[in-house]
Amino acid sequence: MEPIRQIRSRTAVLPFTNIDTDQIIPARFLRTTTRAGLGQQLFADWRYSAGGALKPEFALNLPEAAGCAVLVAGRNFGCGSSREHAPWALLDYGFRAVISTEIADIFRSNSLKNGLLPIEVDEFTGQWLLEHPGAEVTIDLDSTTLRLPGGNVVAFPIEGFARYCLLNGVDELGFLIARQAEISAYEQGARP
Amino acid sequence: MKTMFQKVWEQHEVVPETADTPAVLYVDRHLIHEVTSPQAFTVLRERGLSVRRPERTLATIDHSSPTRTEQIFGGVPIAIESAATQIAQLQSNCVEFGVELLDLKSDQRGIVHIIGPEFGFTQPGQTIVCGDSHTSTHGAFGALAFGIGTTEVGHVLATQCLLQRRPRTFAITVHGALSSGVTAKDLILSIIGEIGIGGGTGHVLEYRGAVVRALSMEERMTVCNMSIEAGARAGMIAPDETTYAYLKARPRAPQGGAWERAVAHWRTLASDTGASFDREITLHGSKLEPMITYGTNPGMVMAVSGSIPERRDDPVFDKALAYMGLHAGAPIGGQPVNVVFIGSCTNGRLSDLRSAAQLLRGHRIARGVRALVVPGSQQVKKAAEAEGLDRIFIDAGAEWRESGCSMCIGMNGDTVASGEYSISTSNRNFEGRQGPGARTLLASPLTAAASAVRGRVTDPRDFLNA
Repeated sequence: MEPIRQIRSRTAVLPFTNIDTDQIIPARFLRTTTRAGLGQQLFADWRYSAGGALKPEFALNLPEAAGCAVLVAGRNFGCGSSREHAPWALLDYGFRAVISTEIADIFRSNSLKNGLLPIEVDEFTGQWLLEHPGAEVTIDLDSTTLRLPGGNVVAFPIEGFARYCLLNGVDELGFLIARQAEISAYEQGARP
Repeated sequence: MKTMFQKVWEQHEVVPETADTPAVLYVDRHLIHEVTSPQAFTVLRERGLSVRRPERTLATIDHSSPTRTEQIFGGVPIAIESAATQIAQLQSNCVEFGVELLDLKSDQRGIVHIIGPEFGFTQPGQTIVCGDSHTSTHGAFGALAFGIGTTEVGHVLATQCLLQRRPRTFAITVHGALSSGVTAKDLILSIIGEIGIGGGTGHVLEYRGAVVRALSMEERMTVCNMSIEAGARAGMIAPDETTYAYLKARPRAPQGGAWERAVAHWRTLASDTGASFDREITLHGSKLEPMITYGTNPGMVMAVSGSIPERRDDPVFDKALAYMGLHAGAPIGGQPVNVVFIGSCTNGRLSDLRSAAQLLRGHRIARGVRALVVPGSQQVKKAAEAEGLDRIFIDAGAEWRESGCSMCIGMNGDTVASGEYSISTSNRNFEGRQGPGARTLLASPLTAAASAVRGRVTDPRDFLNA
């Protein structure tokens, strides 16, 4: 994985609460055996009409949303299914971070493992971002801060070990494999 | 004084968490299926890794598998090519990595969360994970069971461990008793309505109280199954005599002396009296009613006998009702339905089928309504057929299928058409969950069966009290 330090981008906004992973990528696109190319189906049922044409009014289809790497959404983003296809699709589409006042547990965990930053902010900041699509923001993973237009800086929480892995471009599997001795010792002593 | 969660967690810490690193948590049981495992095996292959403890992983095929008998047993090819490819991939991965697979034609195949308990693979005090959010189901046995992503499936295959931060605890106590016509499904829908679909985020739920103690194991699984719909990673119920009676003599449960030792251990798992939880709420069973969802997430739920709530200045609420084609303030009772789905890891067990069949016996499903009954596993199917439940469903006009996730997620072609209303015993009413444009109303098997007969949303008590 490439190390991540800073993301600077305009925001695209989906002003809805409880956006579930079935919206992020509908289940019929999970019949795949790779993780490639899922951006095509990101928010498929919101982005495309039944005939397959782009819906011009959908936020991500607006010309100004092109190239945005930061997605802002309402509370409880990523709830529902554990499908890692959701962060894979967001990343493949070009997003590098998601900002919400609350991000669902499994989606957050999946995102961190793939280099998609799940950023939780306070109500005030969240509301401001929802009301200002296209805002230029800077996410700094080193200082765990989000810089808003006009210079306001807010801190965001992020699990420390995940942050370390992202900053250094290493993954958790290597860390777990390095714990082989402890795992074997546990297995020797554990009940069946 | 410790909670049950705390005990199970601490018994599985290979390395405890620190400020800098999460805990290394040992995984006792790992379930895998065709949809969320292929990319994990690919990573193993790329890194030259093997499966550390293959005997702790069990694979099956459920999400994209057909439910048409001829496509499983009759030599007719699987209709959806991508599903066939995914299934073939799991078959070859299991051979290559030495993982046991309950394959397409196995009489032990079924939805992962049905077969784990069915064979006694699921046991109290264990850590159980699967690349599927409804893994919370197994918490009904007093296991710590939660859904993981595909990267973590790879971690478990390679190391039998996960890196985890310790979640908070949330006690949900339900006093009293449930009234006639009110089921475990209505109980969990009421709880989700109470705490909201993000209400359990960051927490492990523990269901307690007289109502929970009186539930059968199958009912407890229905409750724990939908913990994720309240945002919780896991839900747990302390094991008791009901649990031991269910597990005893199941093929993969401990036998003989090992059984006695296991039960002795399981008796120590319940939360200590006075153990404290980070959050607590209390409900009263006698106040609960048959429930149904009216919106596009499981928290948008109401009594079948009630009217759709009204909310001012809430565009997200309005968007949900517009998708559903329903109106605030209107009663939900009498709403016409096009499709009835009875099945899923929430309500696809034998007692669920019995409950639906009991209501359908001697009735016909309303003209123009399509009803699909999909047993949760091949064992459930066999047991249902042995007591003639299949005849009751078929005589009433329903389709009787092979087991799988089917119309809960619509990956195998069992879908609801755009704009149609489906009353479904499954767990998610998200937009498009049962097919693009499908409108899902979640309810219990009793409410689904009653609604099937009338072709409209119906309070099952209309039949039970008749």
